Amino acid sequence: MALQVSGKTIETDEEGYLADRNQWSMEAAAAIAVSEGINITESHWEVVNFLREYYEEYQIAPAVRVLTKAIGKKLGPDKGNSKYLYELFPYGPAKQACKIAGLPKPTGCV
Amino acid sequence: MSEEMSESGVVKKFMYVNRKAPYGTIYALESLEVVLIAAAFDQDVSLAFIDDGVYQVAKGQDTKSIGVKNFSSTYRALDDYDINKLYVQKESMEARGLTDKDFLVPVEIKTAAELSALMEQQDVLLSF
Amino acid sequence: MLHIVNKSPFERNSLESCLKHAVKGSAILLIEDGIYAALKGTQATARVQAAMQDYTVYVLQADVDARGMKGRVLEGVKPVDYAGFVDLATNHNAVQSWL
Repeated sequence: MALQVSGKTIETDEEGYLADRNQWSMEAAAAIAVSEGINITESHWEVVNFLREYYEEYQIAPAVRVLTKAIGKKLGPDKGNSKYLYELFPYGPAKQACKIAGLPKPTGCV
Repeated sequence: MSEEMSESGVVKKFMYVNRKAPYGTIYALESLEVVLIAAAFDQDVSLAFIDDGVYQVAKGQDTKSIGVKNFSSTYRALDDYDINKLYVQKESMEARGLTDKDFLVPVEIKTAAELSALMEQQDVLLSF
Repeated sequence: MLHIVNKSPFERNSLESCLKHAVKGSAILLIEDGIYAALKGTQATARVQAAMQDYTVYVLQADVDARGMKGRVLEGVKPVDYAGFVDLATNHNAVQSWL
């Protein structure tokens, strides 16, 4: 599969995750969000950026339980809960937000 | 065998026994992935590093030049997964000229005898 | 002859076998997990130091760095990069790998 971003083609795997993490840009993120049916807002970016930082630091995309806890620690309890995160990313915060963040599918997600 | 109930069922003691150096073989990375996946099951997990396995948690790993992911950073995320029992076997560490200051995460140094006692308490041992 | 060892001396006897068969004056290159033999203060140190009387010992720096062992390499062991690896291979009449 592939994604068209400002005239360039970006390769993805069959589930829509970027084949090469280095191809990520904010434009690519927005394009992936559209294909996921998400209208990307500041609140989405907050989670996406958090995930990118987490990956940079630990070289993994966190499991949803870990993500929820870590978001709570960083952005407060009103955001560190699954209701809030599932409202932003209805098909699973770890899965969908990771895809938009250009990260691999979280380890343990099937 | 001590079994207590958690909200999701019976909690068992799982120990991952790591005996291989990182990068030269796939064992270390595979073990770490299984640990992360299995963390979802809320069990009582510990990691033991024995023989060349002690090298997995050695400080200062920099894989830029070999073009391989530096997964040593991921050991620092284990605490987020509520995994914080990491044991380094003392004799293995010393045979390799390492000290308790040479590790990238907090670890407990255990002698072979201490570790074997811990192993006896486990319900499941997974070897890598 | 260039001998290449890529296994840890604590886990396999590849280095031992290599040292048993390599003639005096040979070059020995330690790569991958083989680099653990080139370090100070280990149970393999004395063995490798003794071997350095008879052989020139090289170590692939990229593999040392990857494993966090920078600064622990024995005095007298010569670090090489990938280009140096190629030079070693082409400058010797034959290469033997001890897997």
